Amino acid sequence: MNIYDIVFYLFAAITLASAFVVVTARNIIYSAFSLLFTFFGIAGLYVLLGADFIAVVQLMVYVGGILVLILFGVMLTNKITSVQIKTGTLQVIPAILGTALMAGVLIKIFTGTNWHSQMAQYPTKTTAYALGHILLTDYVLIFELLGILLLIALIGAATIARKEEKAS
Amino acid sequence: MVQVGLTHFLVISAILFSLGIFGIVTRKNAVMVLMGLELILNSANINFVAFSRYGNFGLNGQVVALFVIVLAAAEAAIALAIVLNIYKTFATVNVDEIDKLKE
Repeated sequence: MNIYDIVFYLFAAITLASAFVVVTARNIIYSAFSLLFTFFGIAGLYVLLGADFIAVVQLMVYVGGILVLILFGVMLTNKITSVQIKTGTLQVIPAILGTALMAGVLIKIFTGTNWHSQMAQYPTKTTAYALGHILLTDYVLIFELLGILLLIALIGAATIARKEEKAS
Repeated sequence: MVQVGLTHFLVISAILFSLGIFGIVTRKNAVMVLMGLELILNSANINFVAFSRYGNFGLNGQVVALFVIVLAAAEAAIALAIVLNIYKTFATVNVDEIDKLKE
């Protein structure tokens, strides 16, 4: 058992334990903060997979952007002073059965398949250069479309969320 | 113990996906449903990056993972704006109580 395996099991444990807390915690604030550790653990897994740029993007976009957005969503849609912040659950038993069955089938498929795995040859220093190159050559159309999509999402979110002006 | 390989990452992502589905179907709060959605997108991303590493496809898997992250950011912004609007209209974000398209 080398150092790579130990670090992998560490990050996997962080990810899965905090993800479990996310979906089971009664208090939605606990869920939101537990999601932070899930994203952090997944970033660690990305580093182990040799995807350093994706890991940094994960930390910046998910932890710095989406998680803050979700926390604002929690704060703005709950009355903090009341007990409303606890969220209800429904149909837990069928959900446990269904998702356990699905997880079992997925794991059986993943472990049973004889993957023809072959380690990719990555650049030794960083993948950022190669990623930028491939992004602006093979995927340039999707890249530009995603830029437009982000602009549309920005305008759309601002339009949907703002207060309606009183019609005078 | 076996060497950590492709299967280990796939199993992690399968468990994460199931936890996300569990969060979506059991929780009432719409923001919680969004968190489950983020877990599912992340599990898909782990698969993309893992296959990019072990599948010898070059960096294509990582590029798709980047696109997924961008789409997740756009989706979170729009969805939270909609949730805020729902809260303004119905004074609740429990998805089982919101059964009207307008007041």
